[in-house]
Amino acid sequence: MRRRSLLAIAGFGIALSCLRMTRAGEALRFEEMYKASGVLGLEMSDKLTALNGRPVEILGFMAPPLKPEAAFFVLTHEPVSLCPFCNSDADWPSDIIVVYLRDGVRYTQTNRAIAVVGTLDIGSKLDTKTGFVSLVRLIEADYHSIS
Amino acid sequence: MAAAVSRMLIIVAGVALIAGPLAAQTIYPIDRAAILVGARFDFKVEFPAIENQADLKITINGEDYTRQLGKAGQFVENEDGLNASSLVLRDASIDKPGSYKVVASDGTRRSEVTWTVFATGPRVARNVILFIGDGMSIANRTAARILSKGIKEGKYFGKLAIDDMPQMALIGTSGVDSLATDSANSMSAYTTGHKSSVNALGVYAARNKSNFEHPKVETITELAKRKLDLAVGVVSDAEVQDATPAGMVAHTRRRADKPEITQMFLDDRVDVLMGGGSAYFLPKSTPGSKRKDEKNYLEIYQQAGFKLVTTEDALKAAAAEPSTMRLLGLFHPENMDGALDRRILHGTTVAKYPHQPDLVDMTRGAIEVLSRHQNGFLLMVEAGIIDKYLHPLDWERSVYDTIMLDNAVRLAKDFAAKNNDTLVLVTPDHTHGVSLIGTVDDDKPGPEMRDKVGVYEKAGYPNYPAPDADGYPAKVDVSRRLAIFFADFPDYYETFRPKLDKTFNPAVQNEKKEYVANEEYKDVPGAVLRVGNLPHSASDGVHSADDAVLTAIGPGSEMVHGFMDNTEVFQVMVSALGLGRVE
Repeated sequence: MRRRSLLAIAGFGIALSCLRMTRAGEALRFEEMYKASGVLGLEMSDKLTALNGRPVEILGFMAPPLKPEAAFFVLTHEPVSLCPFCNSDADWPSDIIVVYLRDGVRYTQTNRAIAVVGTLDIGSKLDTKTGFVSLVRLIEADYHSIS
Repeated sequence: MAAAVSRMLIIVAGVALIAGPLAAQTIYPIDRAAILVGARFDFKVEFPAIENQADLKITINGEDYTRQLGKAGQFVENEDGLNASSLVLRDASIDKPGSYKVVASDGTRRSEVTWTVFATGPRVARNVILFIGDGMSIANRTAARILSKGIKEGKYFGKLAIDDMPQMALIGTSGVDSLATDSANSMSAYTTGHKSSVNALGVYAARNKSNFEHPKVETITELAKRKLDLAVGVVSDAEVQDATPAGMVAHTRRRADKPEITQMFLDDRVDVLMGGGSAYFLPKSTPGSKRKDEKNYLEIYQQAGFKLVTTEDALKAAAAEPSTMRLLGLFHPENMDGALDRRILHGTTVAKYPHQPDLVDMTRGAIEVLSRHQNGFLLMVEAGIIDKYLHPLDWERSVYDTIMLDNAVRLAKDFAAKNNDTLVLVTPDHTHGVSLIGTVDDDKPGPEMRDKVGVYEKAGYPNYPAPDADGYPAKVDVSRRLAIFFADFPDYYETFRPKLDKTFNPAVQNEKKEYVANEEYKDVPGAVLRVGNLPHSASDGVHSADDAVLTAIGPGSEMVHGFMDNTEVFQVMVSALGLGRVE
């Protein structure tokens, strides 16, 4: 009885770590997303396009939400403060990632870096509820704080 | 019982509706507006309730308004579903100078405003160049003079180009809605002669729901094109759609309408447009675009005859080419990098966009192209990033950009000196709460940085290296540096030293949407937490309502003196160009 439950716990532990490994996906850094960032547009890197549709993990900062009704948050390379007048989603840095969380938006302290894991989705897309146009997204995502 | 209660509530509500003081109607342009003869404006009367058109009486100098304005406005019974009526007359104008008393009545409520319609003398300047140092405060000028000219025993070794101008005035920058203003409202005052409100460009902030339906006032670009067919140039190192450059052409309640503002430069037939903000020219499917449609403004501008350049070398070549009459220079998808980063530190986005021209190169190129036009030109050049560095309390970067602006002004003054037919104005649009108080000396004793701050006789002089040929010291992190502090700030860590790797980011938002000190700077040696004196909602330092200093040279600059309202700067420019000359 006792041995069986120990085995069961061990089995659960293995399952958990397997889950974590698959969920973690391949690491992608902000600097690796674009191979050329010219004045007349960005060019996606081979790594970014190759990872489309696959699980990836990206470290960044959760930006302050502009619109309360948004079902997503914006992940940025550096912590951002937003111009109080501009108040437009167009004032984001161009290399942002839009994150749709598996269980809805939860807000965290922007001072701390977070790791986001989700399925990479690239290409211009409109969030119909907010009118926000994004180029790179993580969908079905989770995140945790890292210090 | 329930019925009685609800009946009573209805009665109470009814009393409130009847007895509650309803504001009287609002008239645009507002009271004390100064309107240039012949300049276009939208006349609007907003009534506080639904009105019967037959009850309305609107007069100008005692006559029905249609006699003075030449046509009838449109009565809107229920404007934007607000249960209130309006009368709107687009593109009105008045051809005779004088005082105009406007009275609007609905039979019970009465409002009145008085406008002054002014004329100008004949044209005295062929060209007008308006330089804006966005947010440039007195401390910027003083620090730029110390760093680029040097000072010993209290005397400078030289003057800045912006100092060395015969006319000077203090400029009041407050707006219709508020003592403290923003760059949209303040630029709009310079370019239209009308006061407006924070966030608004080329419109009065009325109650319209659409940003583009608010009562418009004509910009100096539109006047110069319509009356004199001048060539017009707009140059900024911020995004070209940012508030200051947008103020030359835009009509919107919200400065954030940058995709639309990209089109407005074309509508107003601007001939030279240079700066950052290329992201708004790209169709949304192009990675890096900030548009929400598939319009390709790179193509649209080129079809309109613009030569497109994206590097410093291409700019110089295109400007030198005699056939270039219209030039679009886009050098960064967002705001361009400042002088300190481009020339000395090589931080921020300089490595990504290594071919950005200096504001001086853009000014030279713009003058070169605009001078080819027969009828003279109007050019606005903005050092826009001065402000974008002052907001995050990064004074070193703002001072290096002040030196850059000064170099651009010197070039314009040299151009103007050739024929003495160009009015040159240099002014901030507003100021910041920033002051130079002494030095910070690392060699002073004590573990705390505040004890290394030298005040009065202990300040002495800083030890920046001698400047290069363009006026920039090659090192900003010297051991005895200027002590410049801000009067207003969010929570932040004061480090008493320049931020070499990137622009300072003093505060970040927490989960309660309050701005708190950015902990990235907590462990900088000597850093101390300064608890903010601004609301928790403030992410950065803010604009001050302190007066701005304007200097001027050239024909028409005689009008510049003493204290002036920012709308009077418009009067100086239109007078120099004779845009309100009555035959």
